[in-house]
Amino acid sequence: MTKEEEQNGRDDMLIDDPEHQNAQLDAFPDGFNPNYLKVYYGRLFPHADMFKWMSYGNDGKHPACDQSYFGRREFSFTLDNDIYLRFQSFNSASELENGIKDKCPFKIDIGPVYSVDPSKRLAYAQSGDNIFTPVERELVFDIDISDYDDARYCCSGADVCLDCWPLMTIAVKVIDTALRDDFGFNHILWVYSGRRGVHCWVCDGKARRLNNEQRAAIADYFRLYKGNSNSKSKVSLLGPALHPFLVRSYVDVLRDFFEEKLLCSQQLLSDERYEKILEMIPDESITSELRGKWQDSRRPASGKDVNVVRWEQLKHLLQSGKQKAPGIRRCVEEIVFSFTYPRLDMEVSKHMNHLLKAPFCVHPKTGRVCVPINPAICDEFDPTNVPTLSKLLGEINTAGLQAEGDKVWDRTSMGKSIRYFRESFLQPLLKSCKEEIEGSHSVKVQQAKNSLNW
Amino acid sequence: MEVVRSQKKPSSAAASADVVSNIPLYRSPPTLEVRLEDFERFAVDRLLVLRGISDGLARGKKPDEMEKLVNDLWKANMRHPQASEVINKDIISHFVLRLVYCRTEELRKWFLSIETTLFRYRFRLESSDVHRALMTELGIPYKVVTNAEFEGLKDKLTQVARSVSQPLPTSDGTYYKVPFEEVPELVASRRVFIQKGYAYVALNQVVSFIIPHFRSHLSKALVLTNRKWTSMIREQEKDRLTPIVEALSTSYLGPDYSQAKELGEMSLKDIDQVARTAFPLCMRHLFDTLREDHHLKHGGRMQLGLFLKGVGLKLDDALAFWKAEFSQKVGAERFDKEYAYGIRHNYGKEGKRTDYTPYSCQKIILSTPGVGDHHGCPYRHFSEENLRAALGKMGVSSRALDDVIEKAKTKHYQLACTLTYEAVHGSSCDAGINHPNQYFSDSQKILEAKKLSTA
Repeated sequence: MTKEEEQNGRDDMLIDDPEHQNAQLDAFPDGFNPNYLKVYYGRLFPHADMFKWMSYGNDGKHPACDQSYFGRREFSFTLDNDIYLRFQSFNSASELENGIKDKCPFKIDIGPVYSVDPSKRLAYAQSGDNIFTPVERELVFDIDISDYDDARYCCSGADVCLDCWPLMTIAVKVIDTALRDDFGFNHILWVYSGRRGVHCWVCDGKARRLNNEQRAAIADYFRLYKGNSNSKSKVSLLGPALHPFLVRSYVDVLRDFFEEKLLCSQQLLSDERYEKILEMIPDESITSELRGKWQDSRRPASGKDVNVVRWEQLKHLLQSGKQKAPGIRRCVEEIVFSFTYPRLDMEVSKHMNHLLKAPFCVHPKTGRVCVPINPAICDEFDPTNVPTLSKLLGEINTAGLQAEGDKVWDRTSMGKSIRYFRESFLQPLLKSCKEEIEGSHSVKVQQAKNSLNW
Repeated sequence: MEVVRSQKKPSSAAASADVVSNIPLYRSPPTLEVRLEDFERFAVDRLLVLRGISDGLARGKKPDEMEKLVNDLWKANMRHPQASEVINKDIISHFVLRLVYCRTEELRKWFLSIETTLFRYRFRLESSDVHRALMTELGIPYKVVTNAEFEGLKDKLTQVARSVSQPLPTSDGTYYKVPFEEVPELVASRRVFIQKGYAYVALNQVVSFIIPHFRSHLSKALVLTNRKWTSMIREQEKDRLTPIVEALSTSYLGPDYSQAKELGEMSLKDIDQVARTAFPLCMRHLFDTLREDHHLKHGGRMQLGLFLKGVGLKLDDALAFWKAEFSQKVGAERFDKEYAYGIRHNYGKEGKRTDYTPYSCQKIILSTPGVGDHHGCPYRHFSEENLRAALGKMGVSSRALDDVIEKAKTKHYQLACTLTYEAVHGSSCDAGINHPNQYFSDSQKILEAKKLSTA
């Protein structure tokens, strides 16, 4: 009997006949289970990769490598029964792995790299002067679809379906493009949060060293909503022109998405729903004209979707040459932005010491793994098809007796994700870190040589 | 910085740097020798500028007005007979005031805020060469955008300029390319075009990223100065610089009204009418209380008594005045025995014969009246209800009243008094009220002028 089978203690698990695979998969009920989690941490969670990532090249042998770096990173574990352990730190890959396997946390969060080992922070508090302080931390973003509840009708709260998920997809596109083209960042990891959103980890050295003010500035650069709880989605696009970032986002992503997907999938101009959009137009004569058209009309003869037809009419009226007030012409963009523009959680991005869930965790409510999302093909990402614990365990079982050691993950649905993580994110990142470490080292050596000369 | 008593001429700090800038960044204390007299005098002159700026801000002056105010204040106070010494005076006065204002959190906050404002407006008045010199000095890695680059970016730069209603970029204008982290303010408000990690900053936006550098540097410097002060300097200099430094932060810098020469005499028969029309609220309150209760406790007697001296009340008249009131409560004999001496003392006729000066607003505001006292600053101590009633009695219209109350609530007591003055007399007081006797003499001038014009 294999280890997992011992743990599960059920004889009917011992099936190596491929014919019975389907039955096997059904044998693991959906959702989350601490026992499954143990197996997951034992066979699938990429401990070594996480260690390499968090070391940023400092686990090497080069003299400039900072051996204390990994040990100064804060992790936090949420255990069963909501027990919360903060300021966990580990000094090596094996310590990290054993710590996780040992405690079997329901959730792992990653915090900043501090000036000293976080588990020793209290010793330094005495000397005043803030010796214990974050020194590095990835630039992170958190986008949650429940913040879009006034832009979608199909679901609300924690639910997600294929009609509203695309809102996340376009948020990824807009932010990712800006991070690369505007801010010049290269090492960006997008991760499914396991239930209803996405996280973004920007890992360039420059990003990790940003202070709180600079992080807040970037978050504000992305911020568009100025409303309060009454007008949460109120977007105000003042000025005779839009900033190039907003123009690009609109033209490349938002407008087409709105007109070709969202209008119809959410039936935004249906009889019950068009009033909400009309409310965004500050001109009574226009809104009453539109209302008049729409209250009377039956289904359009052309067979075109009623939402599309009505949107054309609305645009035509607002953007016609007759409209003098710039605010009126701008309404079309405002409507599109207010439904589709990314809604970020500002607080997450602004503070270096904010803890964020680690990639490859399993979401306790859905059992789904927090897998990376490839921004280049994010349109293809399907949140309803993300590997779950139970599915993975079934796959392990099938693969278990044939595969050996750590290659088990490759025989499961995790394989694709881990390969992507390693090849598209980790390897380029580590290469760049190595160059950075070695580069700054030789600069220092040169400086030392120069200063000794005289 | 070495402070000497001799007449030695200080050497120039500016000569070493070939900087075009005449706005110093105050990065490190100058290695000059300073005469002791200059040490205090320069600081006082700069303090007048800083206080003027503080006042302007509290009054809500707009940026254009502030720019003019700063320029005027600087010209009026920071001159020096020798042109080459002007920049030294600037640097020395700043560093002396650092000593003065490093000592508490509140002082540091005030100094930081006002010096930053001063820097901001001086910067605005300077040329782009100076801006570039400052950026270099601050170690900001900027590059000037070449013409070729500019042509490639022109559309985007124009778009940004239009989006924030700024002047449109022209090919003969200057744009700087800086790493976006250097200009978080501009990035946050999307006032710059950024590409591949660089922000393209227009000339008129340069101030918004120089200021935070200036500010954060000064903030850290003040904390360090405080440490040095408490651990070393204060003790070392206790016979020489320390008394000057400690006095400067609370000093009142205007005329002291100890000799009421300008006004001539104040006669007793006029006093009630004058109290109604020309006394500031603090003195009006004390006066009315005295008339009503026929008594005032010590703090009130000092504050009102010295004020009346400054107003021109002669000693004999003062004695008669106080006696007339007090004898209604304690009897003439007891007055002569217990209170007359005090009044004579105030006029310098007893004891060590110091001719005491009437209290400035600063001193009055800092005083702490207890139960049964009526002195101190009413804008600070009166409840809103009482303040409204008292101001109403003075004839302040209800609209002005709300402004006054608001200023009092936000602890701008002198400003509240100034607004009261302006409401009562219907004319503005640009300099602000700093001394009850100033309120009185200015009021008298206006009333005289009114009398003449209607005569």
